[in-house]
Amino acid sequence: MTIKEIATLVNGEIVGAPADDLYEVKKAFASDLMSDVLRFSMDETVLITGLCNNQTMRTSEMADLRVVVIGRDKQPDEDMLELAEDSGITIIKCKYSIFKISGILYGAGIAPLY
Amino acid sequence: MHYTFNIERGNFTDAGQASSSVKRTLKQLGVDPANIKRTVVALFEAEINAVAHAYGGTIDVDIDGEKIVMVVADEGPGIPNLDLAMQEGWSTASAKVREMGYGAGMGLPNIKKNTDDLKIDTQVGVGTTVTMTVYLT
Ligand SMILES: Nc1ncnc2c1ncn2[C@@H]1O[C@H](COP(=O)(O)OP(=O)(O)OP(=O)(O)O)[C@@H](O)[C@H]1O
Ligand SMILES: [Mg+2]
Repeated sequence: MTIKEIATLVNGEIVGAPADDLYEVKKAFASDLMSDVLRFSMDETVLITGLCNNQTMRTSEMADLRVVVIGRDKQPDEDMLELAEDSGITIIKCKYSIFKISGILYGAGIAPLY
Repeated sequence: MHYTFNIERGNFTDAGQASSSVKRTLKQLGVDPANIKRTVVALFEAEINAVAHAYGGTIDVDIDGEKIVMVVADEGPGIPNLDLAMQEGWSTASAKVREMGYGAGMGLPNIKKNTDDLKIDTQVGVGTTVTMTVYLT
């Protein structure tokens, strides 16, 4: 699934780095705990999180994530958007709860990381 | 090559900057992605610990063709029980630190998993020095 397809499914808005149409997302992981994210390989994976601060972007950068869905209608600030652009991370801003986002993507065929 | 960075206590706006800078350098040097990832995950966890649990400190990184040696030294409370601290899930993170997304108790286990050599010198009331080595071959 492409990043834009994910954004459409969750009725989200793309901010940060532009969506790479060639990047294929196959799996998802949902967490607000950043060290939990750093435990796994995030290849072809979208992170779904309610944590919306600079550390979300720093962690995503270290984890080699390319796309992060930020739920619960949280608003990334300028600083965070700049970090996202610098490290090539596309943010999908979304009004839905983490549970709803996860359910929609699961239903659409995105696999759990484990 | 040698790089030095400062870490500021409680500064979660900039925390991770040093690890980000090291990541860029390793990319430029053409280090393979798997080794970059384990290096920066370990460094990042140690950097965040110095920001979150201690009063800041310094990071020294040495890179040669064979290995990357990273030393994260802080002034801080030290770790009273290192065996406990190394366990997955054990954390004393404050409410503020948890709000920033940390406190899973996975940082030190992540460091252990991603490095080839790990040494932690810690003294209660003085500080902690974490020395991590990643071999590139
Ligand atoms: N540099 C340090 N100075 C003082 N205490 C530390 C330091 N690093 C770790 N600790 C102690 O060890 C515990 C475990 O550290 P660890 O990095 O594994 O988990 P955490 O930082 O609490 O949460 P996480 O890293 O998953 O966000 C910490 O909660 C803290 O009590
Ligand atoms: Mg930690």
